[in-house]
Amino acid sequence: MDYKDLNLIGSSSPHIRTKDGAGHIMGEVIIAMLLPLAFAVYNFGPRALATAAVSVIGCCAFEWLYRAALRKNNTLNDLSAVVTGILIAFVCPVTIPYWVLLIGDFFAIVIVKQLFGGVGKNFLNPALAARAFMLCWAGEMTTWVGPRSPAVTPVPVWGAFDAVTYPTPMALLHENNLSGLQSLYDLPKMFVGLIGGSMGEVSALLLILGGLFLIWRKVITWYIPVSYIGTVAVLTFLFPRGNDPVQWMLYNLLGGGLMLGAFFMATDYVTSPVSHLGQAIFGVGCGLITVFIRYFGSYSEGVCYAILIMNLTVWIIDKNIKPHRFGVIKEKKEAKPADQTKKEAAKK
Amino acid sequence: MNVGKQLKEGLLTQNPVLVQLLGMCSTLAITTTISNGIGMGLSVTIILTLSNIFISLLRKIIPEQVRIACYIVVIAGFVTMVNLLLQAFFPDIAESLGVFIPLIVVNCIILARAESFASKNKPAAAAIDGICQGIGYTLVLLVMSAIRELLGSGALAGYQIFPAEYSASLIAQPVGGFLTLGFLIALMQWAQRKVKGGK
Repeated sequence: MDYKDLNLIGSSSPHIRTKDGAGHIMGEVIIAMLLPLAFAVYNFGPRALATAAVSVIGCCAFEWLYRAALRKNNTLNDLSAVVTGILIAFVCPVTIPYWVLLIGDFFAIVIVKQLFGGVGKNFLNPALAARAFMLCWAGEMTTWVGPRSPAVTPVPVWGAFDAVTYPTPMALLHENNLSGLQSLYDLPKMFVGLIGGSMGEVSALLLILGGLFLIWRKVITWYIPVSYIGTVAVLTFLFPRGNDPVQWMLYNLLGGGLMLGAFFMATDYVTSPVSHLGQAIFGVGCGLITVFIRYFGSYSEGVCYAILIMNLTVWIIDKNIKPHRFGVIKEKKEAKPADQTKKEAAKK
Repeated sequence: MNVGKQLKEGLLTQNPVLVQLLGMCSTLAITTTISNGIGMGLSVTIILTLSNIFISLLRKIIPEQVRIACYIVVIAGFVTMVNLLLQAFFPDIAESLGVFIPLIVVNCIILARAESFASKNKPAAAAIDGICQGIGYTLVLLVMSAIRELLGSGALAGYQIFPAEYSASLIAQPVGGFLTLGFLIALMQWAQRKVKGGK
């Protein structure tokens, strides 16, 4: 039989393809973020939804405009701009003016992401870099309002409002005022998220649920979240400020952006190491810097800067921790012809 | 002697800041307002031109082994003159530039031009080289300080363009200096590659 008449396609592997692309994975991330987003709307009122919508539209618009202006292919359908938009809304207080939000969107999408080559090429987490830049407007970025209960009138979607500033858990922890924080929010409230703070960071419960969903769907691995949160837990337990290490540790874990950062920010593929050991090192580094900033810094919260700083070390981690190559036995130290020739060349 | 080639090198292909990456320290530090940028740029241009001429004149007298020290003495002399003149006639600019005028003594651009050009060429060529490189430096400072003043404090040459509360204060701080310089260098590389590709 002449096989040449058969209708066969000659190609190299992989032969089995799935529909999983960047857009598919980003879709899962968006699904995982829906619960925290819904809780933000419940906790802070409809302005939270409006803020998220403005941020997403802003990010998509800047992405489309940049790619269209430079005549590049349209990358909106990988949904990464949507994820960045939601995350930028998550790291802002609900009182954030929309113009600050749009500047943050511009910084994240155009400066941090597209100028370095677009999705997959950014060396910093776009949402966190945008947050660091938006702190130019420190007053707007730190006008915190209280949670749903004790009842505070929610910030209107549009127009002026009386900003009733309200202490966040992190501000109280930074003043070493654990008893004040305990009387303001008890632990169940901290866990469920009926507290003040950035929009997406309040509900530890829903963020953990979202994170578990991502781990179950194999979108992220558990190495970074566990090593990150574990490091913060161990350090705050060993060096408590006050005489109740367990309470101090729990409030430090549940307050601030730790859960959001550990599950949704630090695990970003592009800006985290490839190998599992590298991811664990990355998480420990994030945890160390977070605790150092919380303890010794002038900022009350260090998650944003911890992840940004560790983003910059990813190339070092990836360079030094290479996965074991199959079938390769560890080279002996004596036999280094390459080094010897180098030394000889140097002598000459 | 080719004035056009030297001008093109100073402004674009061999721009002291954006291509040779010399004089970074003062570039990052003083480009917060346009007046600072112009003041610094002109001071460096004057000192660069004068020291280039002088070093070119002395190029056969200066011993090879101690040439750097000799260059520094010449440069320091001109820097002292310019510093005193600024303090006498433009006290505002002298005050806002502060220590960066005396620091022109160790500015890499001037030493690099002395070493690589003035010590090998005739005085006239060295003078033109100094002027061209100085203009390149001044132009970069002007662009950078305009961007940083506009975005960082909402003003342009002292005139308020939009309310300062909307301005990104980080751009006026050192962070903004690094950001602006980085993107200008990237833009320069991109443009040069574009030009080369077109040929």
